[in-house]
Amino acid sequence: MSEIVNCRDLEKTFIKGKETVEVLTGINLTVDEGDFLALMGPSGSGKTTLLNLIGGLDHPTAGIVSVSGIDLNGLSSSALARWRAVNVGFIFQFYNLLPVLNAQRNVELPLLLTKLSRSQRTKNAATALEIVGLSDRAKHKPGELSGGQQQRVAIARALVADPALLLCDEPTGDLDRGTADEILELLELLNRDHGKTIIIVTHDPKAANHAQRTLYMDKGKLVEEATA
Amino acid sequence: MSIFGLMWASLFRKRTRTLLTLLSLMIAFLLFMLLQAISNAFASSGSFNLASIDRLISTPKYSIIDSLPINQQQQMLNIEGVEAVTHANWFGGNYQERRNFFPKYPVDPYAYFDMYSELVISKEELDAFAQTRRGAVVAASLAERFGWKLGDIIPIQGDIYSMQNGSRLWEFELVGTFTARVGESEAPLFLFQYEYFTEAVADYSKNQVGWWTIRLSDTDRAAEIANQIDLLFENSQDPTRTATEDEFSRQFASQLGDMGFITAMIMSAVFFTIVLLTGNTMSQALRERIPELAVLKTVGFTDTLVSILVLGESVLLCVVGGVLGILLAFAMQDVLGSTLGGFIGDFEYSATLIASALILAIVIGIVIGGIPALEARRLTIVDALRER
Repeated sequence: MSEIVNCRDLEKTFIKGKETVEVLTGINLTVDEGDFLALMGPSGSGKTTLLNLIGGLDHPTAGIVSVSGIDLNGLSSSALARWRAVNVGFIFQFYNLLPVLNAQRNVELPLLLTKLSRSQRTKNAATALEIVGLSDRAKHKPGELSGGQQQRVAIARALVADPALLLCDEPTGDLDRGTADEILELLELLNRDHGKTIIIVTHDPKAANHAQRTLYMDKGKLVEEATA
Repeated sequence: MSIFGLMWASLFRKRTRTLLTLLSLMIAFLLFMLLQAISNAFASSGSFNLASIDRLISTPKYSIIDSLPINQQQQMLNIEGVEAVTHANWFGGNYQERRNFFPKYPVDPYAYFDMYSELVISKEELDAFAQTRRGAVVAASLAERFGWKLGDIIPIQGDIYSMQNGSRLWEFELVGTFTARVGESEAPLFLFQYEYFTEAVADYSKNQVGWWTIRLSDTDRAAEIANQIDLLFENSQDPTRTATEDEFSRQFASQLGDMGFITAMIMSAVFFTIVLLTGNTMSQALRERIPELAVLKTVGFTDTLVSILVLGESVLLCVVGGVLGILLAFAMQDVLGSTLGGFIGDFEYSATLIASALILAIVIGIVIGGIPALEARRLTIVDALRER
């Protein structure tokens, strides 16, 4: 399988007042197409920062992040935004749905940036909702949905533009065990049946069990790898 | 859904707050429309346009609330170039209740309609007006507004003039209606006999008129004749200020204050407050939505597009408030027009005024939304999501 993510000598530092905090140091990582990778580690170990760099939400202080052969460092802010719209889907712990829009419209959001017709956008959003099993809740606003349902809508939104890569930051962190398992099974299905490459950041070993590969991070470094 | 749909939906994130903001904008734009329309009516002087009318107006020199003696009439007629002179008084008074306001003048029936040839009345009704002591004739629109028919007795509660017996209740018999000539504006006038007025009114107001209207045989000499009239009474107890009708209208406005200046000051205060309040609302709305804006950027919205969304919401809010204010102003036009029509020229909203209101709404929207839009543009996704 060809690699989809390639990080080389990745470093990220933050400046807090007069202090420089090294969050990532010397990260080298390769993720192949179709992988389901879990990133684990204690809080502050740099998992989310690494995910943000892979997703083009932030720039590294040093090193290279390349996704599908594109060096993200070379993209301007607006080019990066356009790249994200097509290539990556994000799933967050707190769903981050727009409360004023119903499920259908939340899912449709990334498609507003495309040249698809209104009817095509509606159709694609409906398909994404069908994949996550929420067709019957399309007209409900986030406030009218349970946490698990909201996360499914968030997954549908991440899927709707058909990106190759899904980045999930603690996607089950705000859900009860049963609902979390349902979400993880859905992610597994997307990986297995739809060929999506998935990187998931989690504290939960049970969540990591759904991944094919688990990487452990500590103090900004990759320290261990386990394969399912 | 479209980008506009997203803007519209975001606007109603806090429905109550948005509705209250819209209400304040609506009131501000209602005020803008009304005050500008009044100011414009004063500026243009509406029906008092000398371009088509060969008339002068002579008023008391120092204040329009003073009066002039009736015996000035003959002296004016003696001036060469003066063709006719008639008079009127500002009667004030209310019909049933204060909001039923319309101008009421005691006039010399034949002389008045001769002077104002743009007012059309049948000979029979004019004769009836002249021959009926308590007779009154009214604009047809006024009769229609109150459902008056010929023969009706119309009670007017005086607030300036009382009768000799101390009563302030004046009663008039409707004997006719008049209309405006095609193309002329019809003021909602209520005219009654000066002869009856000066007989019935308390002694201190007898034989007094409010102003003179003078028709000239040669309009090119208007300024010269106006000057002659004023010189004639300069050293009397009742000096006059004479001007063309156009100029009179402007002087009237000037005595009430500089309408344009007053309007500008009021509107500046109103819109300054609106900018502060709405600006604060927009900033607050932005702060609440920082994670949502970060999500938009995450899914691919560029910094520019997100700032356009924020700015667009602000402009949309102001334009909707402005349009509601304009619509409300139109809803009030009939009532205000008939009330103010006797004081000023045509009370109407010109296309320029409507366009000005809309442009103002857009400008306020840009001013209010400018800083939040800039902040939205600068927002970094990682920092914004961390605020969740």
